[in-house]
Amino acid sequence: MSLKNQIIELGKKEIPRKDFIRFCAVTAATLGLPASYTQIIAREIQKAAKRPPVIWMHFAECTGDTESFIRASNPNITDIVLDVVSVDYHETIMAPSGDAAHKSLEDSIHENKGKYIVIAEGAVPTKDNGIYLTIGSKTGLELATEVCKDAMAVLCVGTCSSFGGVQAQAPNPTGAKGVQEATGLPKEKFVHLPGCPHNVKNSVATIVHFLLFGKLPALDHDRRPLFAYGEKIHDHCPRRTHFENGEFVERFGDDGDRKKWCLYKVGCKGPETYHNCSKVLWNDGTNWPIGAGHGCNGCSERNFWDTMTPFYERLPDRTPFGSVSADKVAAVVGGATAAGIAVHAAIKAKKGRLGKGDEEDTKE
Amino acid sequence: MARVIIDPITRIEGHLRIEVEVENGKVKDAYSSGTLFRGFEVFMRGRDPRDAWYITQRACGVCTSVHAIASVKCLDHAFGVEIPENARIIRNLIMGAQYLHDHPVHFYHLHALDWVDVVSALSADPKKTAAFAANHNNSPKDSVNHFKKVKTRLKKFVDSGQLGPFANGYWGHPAYKLPPEANLMAVSHYLDALELQKKSAQLQAIFGGKNPHIQSVIPGGVTVGGILDVDHIASFKYLMQEIMSFIENVYIPDVLAVAPAYLDWGGIGAGHGNYLAWGLFPQDTKHHTKNQTFPDGVILNHDLSKVFDADTAKVAEHVKHSWYDGAEAKHPKDGKTDPKYTGLNDFKGIDLDKNEKYSWLKSPRYEDQVMEVGPLARVLVAYVRGNKDVQNLVNSTLKTLGAPATALFSTLGRTAARALETVFIGKEMEKWIDELIGNISKGNVDTANPIEIPDSGFGYGTTEAPRGALGHWIEIKNKKIENYQMVVPTTWNGSPRDNAGKRGPFEESLIGTPVADAKRPLEILRTIHSFDPCLACAVHVIDPQTNEIHKFKVA
Repeated sequence: MSLKNQIIELGKKEIPRKDFIRFCAVTAATLGLPASYTQIIAREIQKAAKRPPVIWMHFAECTGDTESFIRASNPNITDIVLDVVSVDYHETIMAPSGDAAHKSLEDSIHENKGKYIVIAEGAVPTKDNGIYLTIGSKTGLELATEVCKDAMAVLCVGTCSSFGGVQAQAPNPTGAKGVQEATGLPKEKFVHLPGCPHNVKNSVATIVHFLLFGKLPALDHDRRPLFAYGEKIHDHCPRRTHFENGEFVERFGDDGDRKKWCLYKVGCKGPETYHNCSKVLWNDGTNWPIGAGHGCNGCSERNFWDTMTPFYERLPDRTPFGSVSADKVAAVVGGATAAGIAVHAAIKAKKGRLGKGDEEDTKE
Repeated sequence: MARVIIDPITRIEGHLRIEVEVENGKVKDAYSSGTLFRGFEVFMRGRDPRDAWYITQRACGVCTSVHAIASVKCLDHAFGVEIPENARIIRNLIMGAQYLHDHPVHFYHLHALDWVDVVSALSADPKKTAAFAANHNNSPKDSVNHFKKVKTRLKKFVDSGQLGPFANGYWGHPAYKLPPEANLMAVSHYLDALELQKKSAQLQAIFGGKNPHIQSVIPGGVTVGGILDVDHIASFKYLMQEIMSFIENVYIPDVLAVAPAYLDWGGIGAGHGNYLAWGLFPQDTKHHTKNQTFPDGVILNHDLSKVFDADTAKVAEHVKHSWYDGAEAKHPKDGKTDPKYTGLNDFKGIDLDKNEKYSWLKSPRYEDQVMEVGPLARVLVAYVRGNKDVQNLVNSTLKTLGAPATALFSTLGRTAARALETVFIGKEMEKWIDELIGNISKGNVDTANPIEIPDSGFGYGTTEAPRGALGHWIEIKNKKIENYQMVVPTTWNGSPRDNAGKRGPFEESLIGTPVADAKRPLEILRTIHSFDPCLACAVHVIDPQTNEIHKFKVA
């Protein structure tokens, strides 16, 4: 079919053609695919006869990932709910409660065995047989196992469902764990989209990738898609030049703060954090934490609540970073500029980029 | 007598179970249970106090930012730092954006399906719908053609056989009273509001960094010193206009268009009639200032002739019916928690004679009184305190609906108060942006003052979440968090019985609610949703002695 005909075809569909093509282009870009994929994505999505069933589960969570998800543009959230997928169970938006809600869940699992996608939000409390969360006389742990075992894929949105999140920080009073770890189900169908909350650009791109290729995108050792978690915040930070120049905010409200200098010394964890915030930003490109003058807190990393804290202390004083301190490096090399570069070099030497060996080979 | 258990209650934040006893078609008794426990205060202990706001914000992602604000106020107090004027304004703008987001989302996406029959909308005539809309609102979008498109889209969706979130709804329930045209209009606005809420989130992200979960506040001020520029302020003003246009031309008119069909709900769901507000939007930078756009106050027994000052020292938490050991009521800062889970038996019912425990929520009480918190409490307190704008909004709404003042104490009253305060807040925010511009043009660009963590200290901060009164308390020892405590809106509203056996606000407000069909308890959802429950942050534990969970018994 010619490009023109394709566009005409798409124009007959419910989503306004212009918006739909824009969505496909953005998705291709987020996934790191060539622009030529825009039309392929459009075609594949539109030809699905039955909208893929989605079951969204809430465990120990704050609903921040649901809130993040409904910020979707390209396609708009209304299009996702009405045209792209079938959200069969989602406690925050669904009409029925109680028994009628359970029926929706059971119907979808039964009718779509092995064909539904689970989107999981929140950690699963496991201590004391999981009593710290019950939904309709079942524990969260029982429900997680029941719902995920026959899923085609499980997308863990947010750091809680991925790794346990806020409630799992020491001393983890409820034994909260990520869904895969809590259920012990085979990890092959799980994908982790951590972040506090996760960025909807990444969940939508992952869903589209799955619908398009029939499998999960390439993942890292923590089962995070490389398209979103393959590079560090620091790699694309607009304040990077100030880091290289040794121009740092020393305290919030100082002159460097007003000049948008580097936030490294007031705690930015961008050099240690694999996430695409600095590229895709938040809320349709409105802003992002570093854009608002606050350091990155490393929220997409597995145990960031314990390893990235205190949030306002710079990294070299912390264990994940080794024993090299910025002050020591500065003392040896001398001069702020040199210090910045040397520290950066130290970081790279210590951690490096994600090595090939760390990746799981799930590429096409 | 029929016992009805609704678990989960959906279209809320978090995990809530409601059990009611129905006799002669009305609720005779009710029990509210929070069914998730996360243990926030346990893992707060020993951490850097500066991190408290970032951690506690994760108490809730729906009323995101409110815990951040309550917490930084608590830290400002504990650190003894006063924030710059600009920081106060920025924090208020961030908080205001939260209300412009949260309230419309509650009305359209969490509450509307209690009043609007989606299936009935399929039989609406688009022409009549446009006429109905023109009669009620000023939305430029609501044309015949637009409603035709919405109806076609809805029909296609239903015909697909995949009803998604609308499957198994209570469609056709006799308690739905709107004509098809009103239903179609409401469904159309449900979709419009779902798109609009992204704009309000963007509004918050301009100075909040991102949404959900802002990242731009700190003890001592805010971090946005680098972006107090024309670009950001102009974006804020522009987005405000777009959002306010929807609130004034669609949201408020929709509440007024739907209410006449449900005026009987102005006499249902009153509850105890005690209201508490800590107040919101400080207008100077002093800790715990009384100078707030929404004043603090306490109203008792539906009595609008008196309002008392609200005092945080008068709060005590009861645990007799909560899954914790002990029975003595304690002030939050002295509280103690030994989890003691005894389970719920769906077949037996809750046995109060045996002092059965049935919720992870504690029962906060104010001088032993049960208190309702939320938009209605704030609006009533502001009304009685003499705020002219709030008085005008309330009076004109009552007049339009031909409803008596007593109709405010109800399920409908809560929903109306929520809408009215949204428009009031939006108008105030427009003044604050101008104030900010004034400061900047005078050369005042301060956004944060220096801080030092005290070796030891105590602080507290109060504010109002969209769902109601919110307080944070901190105790610092050796520059670390020794004890951290939150008393949050839904702990007030969703609490179980207290030590004296008094029902919590959810429970009391359900008494007498009609239930036409016990298998489809739509009416119960109406009243529960009118409070806008938010359970994630409602369940908490404090343990100043140890950071371990104590032994518990499983019955």
